[in-house]
Amino acid sequence: MKAWDAIVIGGGHNGLVNACYLQRAGLDVLVVEKNDWVGGAATSRELTPGFLYSNCSYVCSLFRPEIMRDLELPRFGLQVISYEGGAVFTRDGDYLANYRDHDAHRREFARFSKRDAEAYDRYARDVTRQCRFIQPLLMRTAPDPTSFRPRDLGELLYLGKKFAGLSAEEMALTLRFWTMSISDFLDEYFETDVIKANFALSGIIGTALGPMSPGTAYVLLHHYMGEVDGSVGAWGYARGGMGAVTKALAASFKASGGTIRTGAEVDHVLVSRGKAKGVALAGGEDIYGKLVVSNADVKRTFLKLVEEKELPDIFLRRVRNFKIRGSSGKVNIALDSLPEFPALPKDSPAYRGDMHFTDSMERMERAYDDWKAGRWSADPFLDMVIPTTLDPTMAPPGKHFMSCFVQYAPPKIAGADWTDADRDGFAESVISQIAEYSPGFRDRIVHMEVRTPREIEAEVGLTEGNIFQGELTFDQLLFNRPVPGYAQYRSPLSGLYMCGSSTHPGGGVMGAPGRNAAAEILRDLAKSTSHMSPAHDVI
Amino acid sequence: MAKATRKKPAVTEIDAPADARTAAQSHFRTLRLGTPFQPRIDALARTDDWYNWAGYRAPHSLWDEELEYFAIRSQAALFDISPMTKYRIEGSDAEAFLNRVTLRDVAKLKPGRVHYTAWCDDAGFVLDDGTLFRLSPTRFRLCSQERHLPWLLDSAIGSEVTVEEETEAVGGLALQGPTSFAVLVDAGFAGVDKLKIFDLAEFPHDGGTVTISRTGFTGDLGYELFVPAEKALSLWDRLMIAGELRGIRAIGYTALNRARLEAGLIVANADFTTAEHAIRTDRLRMPDEIGLGFMIDLEKGHFNGRRAILEARTKRKLRHVLVGLEIEGNIPAEHAIVYYKKSQEVGLVSAAMWSPMAKRNIALASLKRPFGDTMVEDLWVEIYAMRELQYQKLMKRAKVVQRPFIKLDRRTANPPADF
Repeated sequence: MKAWDAIVIGGGHNGLVNACYLQRAGLDVLVVEKNDWVGGAATSRELTPGFLYSNCSYVCSLFRPEIMRDLELPRFGLQVISYEGGAVFTRDGDYLANYRDHDAHRREFARFSKRDAEAYDRYARDVTRQCRFIQPLLMRTAPDPTSFRPRDLGELLYLGKKFAGLSAEEMALTLRFWTMSISDFLDEYFETDVIKANFALSGIIGTALGPMSPGTAYVLLHHYMGEVDGSVGAWGYARGGMGAVTKALAASFKASGGTIRTGAEVDHVLVSRGKAKGVALAGGEDIYGKLVVSNADVKRTFLKLVEEKELPDIFLRRVRNFKIRGSSGKVNIALDSLPEFPALPKDSPAYRGDMHFTDSMERMERAYDDWKAGRWSADPFLDMVIPTTLDPTMAPPGKHFMSCFVQYAPPKIAGADWTDADRDGFAESVISQIAEYSPGFRDRIVHMEVRTPREIEAEVGLTEGNIFQGELTFDQLLFNRPVPGYAQYRSPLSGLYMCGSSTHPGGGVMGAPGRNAAAEILRDLAKSTSHMSPAHDVI
Repeated sequence: MAKATRKKPAVTEIDAPADARTAAQSHFRTLRLGTPFQPRIDALARTDDWYNWAGYRAPHSLWDEELEYFAIRSQAALFDISPMTKYRIEGSDAEAFLNRVTLRDVAKLKPGRVHYTAWCDDAGFVLDDGTLFRLSPTRFRLCSQERHLPWLLDSAIGSEVTVEEETEAVGGLALQGPTSFAVLVDAGFAGVDKLKIFDLAEFPHDGGTVTISRTGFTGDLGYELFVPAEKALSLWDRLMIAGELRGIRAIGYTALNRARLEAGLIVANADFTTAEHAIRTDRLRMPDEIGLGFMIDLEKGHFNGRRAILEARTKRKLRHVLVGLEIEGNIPAEHAIVYYKKSQEVGLVSAAMWSPMAKRNIALASLKRPFGDTMVEDLWVEIYAMRELQYQKLMKRAKVVQRPFIKLDRRTANPPADF
């Protein structure tokens, strides 16, 4: 009976990145994916004829360029088109836009506050400084602070040196950044509500916290660390939808000899004497492997795929308590024409970027209040993009695909499971918000897919539909992600590894967890990692 | 009828602010603004060689950067300084406020005078340098390279002072060169002969006034003129017509940049990095580290950064020094590394040129102390001169020299000569 060198559970982007690196190291790797397609939360699906839906993740920036290079993703078809900014619509019929051009950006802000317009440089400086501190950590395994192994000590020293290299002011800022709320953080720079709301959204996306909750400042940072082809901080659309990322990964994987089985749901991990031996599929088939890597989140992996008796108690308790709370949903819409927003000039580049309707911190926080009460937000926060304004491959000519990321959506409605009626109510809150700013919007809708945490968990397998496989709060970062003692992609079971966003450095279509996990696995196997580029220098 | 009369004003009321809003939004279509003088400059721009100066379309050169430079030194050069950031600072506490913000003693700056100054953050790092114009006992104009409104407003809390950004509302021209005085006289600015260096006065122009100061960025005889944007074109025309026989020429930044280097003057974010833009904290500089120590007035009372500056001085924590260098030969040492004994790296050249006025190869450099401070011997610069796709590497001796590199008596002569 064949035993694979490695079996990767789940064909999401991190699973595929991990599989690619292992395969290229000479291992014989199998990826098992429960859906009939790969991609996890980075997919493009034709849900209605002629329209490709980026139905989970929808924009690209964080994916590490080192991985793109190592795995030859451009050769396998990945192309990212950067967009030009975006806008927040205000309730008085105006909007606040973000432009790539520094001076246009300043003049736009000056329409609302000359002071805040000139405060942007200081804000950008401080955020950039923090990003530069964290960025090199993304592609390194977090050190285990309790270990005395030379490598851990070395990594701890590296972290310590980096921290010690900061000025006193920066150190203070770093600690504040990692702990404070995005609202408090923005108050230090800006005084205009719409300008703060404009920045705050990056601090709450995907997070079951409000802008006034401590810890949200770091989430903002997480979203600033990306780039599009060297343009730091830029965001873009993957041509052909976000599925293009995983399509390229799958093609790269297959080209290097890897095997993918779709429609193969794992029921449980086969364990014998404390060691993972393979996986048992839901259909009853057992597949054996010398090691198993789980792309599933930490809860799904250890509370569903591994029997409790195989795991230590404290580990299990920490996994149970890992915060992976559902907070968002998606409404994906096929449109028969480009919606109009009368507030926005017809030639505004904001049409091609991300658009929002939440123009105050209070509205944002109130939306979160609904989540706490177990309701979807009556006045939700939307991150809305129309990728077809830049990518004609996703819809027929003249027609458009619109992706609305919607927050907040609780994992349960007042303690009960989501019903279809709840889902429709959730969708209506979104459509009515858009229609308020875009007359005739409803008439343009050809087809719509509504995904509450229920649908996201059922299809993608993300626990509670949490897009990051666990909150990006400081208690769950670095050597505490996902749980203390197991932050180096290994688990209490020998031969079972983790490679999903539950691990360091966390969520977003970044690929770093998958890559870092591969490096650890290859280290355990005493195999070369020379095919893995180190993190680019930050100078 | 009644209906119509009710309706009409209502419509105007809604449309007027909406139109203003639409107009304000349109800036995304023109990423580089024109200055109030742009129609005249565009008409003269034969090289079409533009750069971005703080969001404005500004000329590197207009027709010939060499000849534009010589217009500064031999004739009169007209340079548009409108993109410079301008703040109007007014109120009974304006003097006290500016004394707290800036390094020099503003009490010593009399109405009708200008001084070159700088300001620091609380840690004593330079936020910017600029010129402070005292227009009246209670009214000032602060001109700078970068923008500082949040800093100024935060510092103004508790003071009887208003701070208003007026960059777009005020046009500015630098008229520099030996015939600049004569041009102003010919243009009919009676009394301009009374202006000594760093004096300013208001003169009638086109039904309004223009503020003329005997200041500039060239080390030459010269003036700066500030005018409300709507009177800008008539001022330009007045000067150009009067200056025709005095050799007046419009110039771009390349020429001005040469003149300022000969004058030994520094440019923010070219010769040092301003504190609010320095991503790398080791790039921050105290005034003493960029040659602005002379501005610091420790006697005047508290000002932003005072404690830190004092501590750095007493504990000898000043790490850098900005110096003028004279380099052997005639190959400009732009961005060359400075060495001690040809081997130990001790600094970097931030600006360099062969000076036609000094007939010397000059440079500004930031050095790590004690080099350039107490150790000034055996300094070298390594020049990588790209010549037809090959670097000609030169190791040239550098001598620390006093700035300015050139000193022109005509700059301060009273009254200025009628060239």
